[in-house]
Amino acid sequence: MASAVFEVHDLAKIYRMGEVEVHALRQVSLTLLEGQFVVLLGPSGSGKSTLLNILGGLDVATSGTVHYRDTELTRAAERELTEFRRRHVGFVFQFYNLIPSLTARENVALVTEIATDPMPPEDALRLVKLEHRMDHFPSQLSGGEQQRVAIARAIAKRPSVLLCDEPTGALDISTGIVVLEALAKANEELGTTTIVITHNAAIASMADRVVRLADGRVVEIEDRDTRLSPRDLSW
Amino acid sequence: MRVPPLTRKLLRDLLEMKGQALAIAMVVAAGVAMAVMYLSNFDSLRRTQQAYYERQRFGDVFASLKRAPLRLREDIAAIPGVTAVETRVVASVTLDVPGMDEPATGHLVSIPEDRRPQVNDVFLRGGRWVEPLRPDEVLASEAFVQAHGFTTGSRVRAVLNGRLRELTIVGIALSPEHVYNIPPGELVPDDRRYGVFWMGERALAAAFDMEGGFNDVSLLLAPTASTGEVMARIDGLLEPYGGLGAIPRALQISHWTLENELAQLQSFGFIVPMIFLMVAAFVLNVALARALALQRPQIAALKALGYGNGAIAWHYLQWAMLIALAGVAIGIAGGWWLGSALIGLYNQYFHFPILLYRMSGGVLVGVTVLTVLSAVLGAASAVRRAVRIPPAEAMRPEPPAVYRRSLIETPLLAPHFGTTGRMVLRNITRQPLRAGASVLGISMAVAVLMVGFVFIDAMDALITTQFSVAERQDVTVAFVEPRSASSRHALSRLPGVLAVEPIRTVPVRLRAGHRHRTLALTGAQPGARLRRIVDMDGRTIAVPASGLLLSSRLGQVLDVAPGDDVTVEVLEGARPVRLVRVSALVDDTFGLSAYMDLDALHDLMREGDVLSGAALLVDAADTALPGRLKETPAVAGATFKATVLRSFRETMAANLNLTMFLNVIFAGVIAFGVVYNAARVSLSERSRELASLRVLGFTRAEISLILLGELALLTLASLPVGAVVGYAFAAAIVGSLDSEVYRFPLVVGRQSVAWAWLAIMGAALASGLIVRRQLDGLDLVAVLKVRE
Repeated sequence: MASAVFEVHDLAKIYRMGEVEVHALRQVSLTLLEGQFVVLLGPSGSGKSTLLNILGGLDVATSGTVHYRDTELTRAAERELTEFRRRHVGFVFQFYNLIPSLTARENVALVTEIATDPMPPEDALRLVKLEHRMDHFPSQLSGGEQQRVAIARAIAKRPSVLLCDEPTGALDISTGIVVLEALAKANEELGTTTIVITHNAAIASMADRVVRLADGRVVEIEDRDTRLSPRDLSW
Repeated sequence: MRVPPLTRKLLRDLLEMKGQALAIAMVVAAGVAMAVMYLSNFDSLRRTQQAYYERQRFGDVFASLKRAPLRLREDIAAIPGVTAVETRVVASVTLDVPGMDEPATGHLVSIPEDRRPQVNDVFLRGGRWVEPLRPDEVLASEAFVQAHGFTTGSRVRAVLNGRLRELTIVGIALSPEHVYNIPPGELVPDDRRYGVFWMGERALAAAFDMEGGFNDVSLLLAPTASTGEVMARIDGLLEPYGGLGAIPRALQISHWTLENELAQLQSFGFIVPMIFLMVAAFVLNVALARALALQRPQIAALKALGYGNGAIAWHYLQWAMLIALAGVAIGIAGGWWLGSALIGLYNQYFHFPILLYRMSGGVLVGVTVLTVLSAVLGAASAVRRAVRIPPAEAMRPEPPAVYRRSLIETPLLAPHFGTTGRMVLRNITRQPLRAGASVLGISMAVAVLMVGFVFIDAMDALITTQFSVAERQDVTVAFVEPRSASSRHALSRLPGVLAVEPIRTVPVRLRAGHRHRTLALTGAQPGARLRRIVDMDGRTIAVPASGLLLSSRLGQVLDVAPGDDVTVEVLEGARPVRLVRVSALVDDTFGLSAYMDLDALHDLMREGDVLSGAALLVDAADTALPGRLKETPAVAGATFKATVLRSFRETMAANLNLTMFLNVIFAGVIAFGVVYNAARVSLSERSRELASLRVLGFTRAEISLILLGELALLTLASLPVGAVVGYAFAAAIVGSLDSEVYRFPLVVGRQSVAWAWLAIMGAALASGLIVRRQLDGLDLVAVLKVRE
């Protein structure tokens, strides 16, 4: 039995957007295991991104606790959260968030510069099949390619968890599949615990565990025995 | 070499905003250039001055007197603290220079034939020292020689004590006493009409019946000596011999002028650049705040990747520092160039054996550190704000800006604004601080420009007051010795003389408590038509029937007010000492003046209708007068107003042209920098909005109006603010120029304000048009697609 990577207990998050108060999460509790491929499903505003951000140490909870292995993230200071992200977490965003002024290789190097045991940027890009586009700027890459650079950037430091927020949200189907293959490959070959947010239910078929959220609450947790390859997903 | 990715990002981001970066760097550069120019000149002048003074043994105390026997020298040397004494014979003579109509004035100073002077040694540029047995040999001041194209061997005719002599220039010389060489009683140097000549001691003494005596002495003091005590002892020793009062080096006219210039350079070198750096820091803040807002998602990504706040803050602070350093580099190059031009100007007015332009490392390091520091301060708040946002929040688009109805949108006015007008108004009122800062920045440019123009106004007012209202005579004649009333009639019989007004001036020391000043007390006629007492605003002031009328500045120096008594110690004739009441003060422009009713002055001197000179009104058509004056032995000097006015204007033009050139350039840089940045920031913030309007069917002209209308409003608002700030700057600078030598009236002509405004509107328009071109290139589809 794999050990728990994240343990979430009674998590709540309230934030202000302009002049509006938003309850993004309400009393969320769940456990995520080592090496799992987890899919977070739910409609817009269900709290998926907030949960992911808190797991990744990008955001702080209003109440409740989050443990990453033995560390309580909800009690960690800004400096410790930075350290946590730097050592253990890889992020992939819906809009890639590449630095436009840096090439693909340089975007990946941004991470390898500060990581303790990174793979060379070239290897990371090879893993996502972008070895021929390494010296291109983001503006010269297609959306799928940009997203794969983002994945390469995330996995280059050999993170123990990979957090992906709608990684295929801005992509068409065939490009999305290539991106998902890259994620699945990283999960299998590097054993990285991978958490993917999506509102595309089809992607759930490639997960070990599916967590459904609605209105800030966990409404269903489904553990699956058989995982489909991205190519076999029906969109 | 491996460049870290963040450094690459930095360089490429800067390249991306190169227009803005350059505009900011230029504002920084303007400030740095000014600082470097002023401070390097200060440094160069100060070093040159100190080295020159030391090498030539420039005196610490100076004293003039009527005549004392040479044996007094021993007594002077015996005063504790005195390390060297040099006694001299000094005389003013009229020169007849070949090729010059009007007489020139020569200042004759004796030098030992057989050795170098122990005090105020002469620097021999060319030629040789005078020979003991050749009484007509002289060394001539370099400026005079150059002004006339003379060389060694040239001859000048001079009237020495009533006898016409031909002097041969055998050497070309400079002296620390005459670094700034100004004819007595005049405002600016005129090297054609005034020269210093050094003549053998015996020859000069013989010519003026001063054998075995001296009429001038200068001293060197030990570093520990008290100047005041030595001066008091000197005054005591010289009093029986017609002593005119010792003066310390600080009041020696050449030194004093040089010191004034140095003080001005130093204060300009700090104050003016600070204004520029402040503006630059503010522009940097606005520009960076906007650039960082655009980089929100990138900041979020960097944080998600594990970069800490410190690393990110440092990354963005480097932006500001790189821009500042670019400004420093441009500014130092520019300041170096301008500085060497300015030293050229100083070389015309200050006569040093060698005045080299020197850039000291201290100035460079100081300016660089100050600039980078101000850039970091400017950037700090923008960076702090951007870095502090939690990464999750930074990933979300910025919440929509909160707009409100602007205050002036009252029901009565609102319908007149139209949609465009409302957008302009609301955008300005949404960020009142930023709008205010923009207004302040542009108004700095207005102010810098106005200060330049105000100086021209002040100069014009000064010329009008001095040469049209106060001194209405054409020629001023000074006698060698005071003469009887009959000489007045002799003058009126000279060719072309239409009117003669007697001048009576008496050398006095005015004393109030421990404060004192040595100066000329002028007798004024109540109904004078030629020479009149005029205040700073050009109003003529009547001389009171009794008591003294003093310059307000003299009142301050002596700490006296109307009703107080001062001791008048006359330094001529029987040297009476009288207590006289101060009747009034006058705010005048030049020097320290003291006036008294002419008859009251005659009474005080117990003399008849004596005059020491005269003011003449002459017929310009008659050209014989200058020649006749040159040949009149009793005349020590004659000043022609037209010549003085011309040299005054030339001197001022040379100074003002450089200053004006710099002011216009630098004010333009500020105005352009501020407006251009404001425009770029607005454009970047609102390109989506403006593109949306284009999609809805607005024309380019209409959307330009929204963006440029805002800038136009800000610029218009800056004009009156700038005029007020400019007035304050001008007042401060005019106040700082307030000295015993001259005071400037604060005159702000409407034209000056108008020119400053026009120039700034021009600069604003230019930057607006550049941004307008970028607006025309707005890619509608792309702008709408990109997520901010």
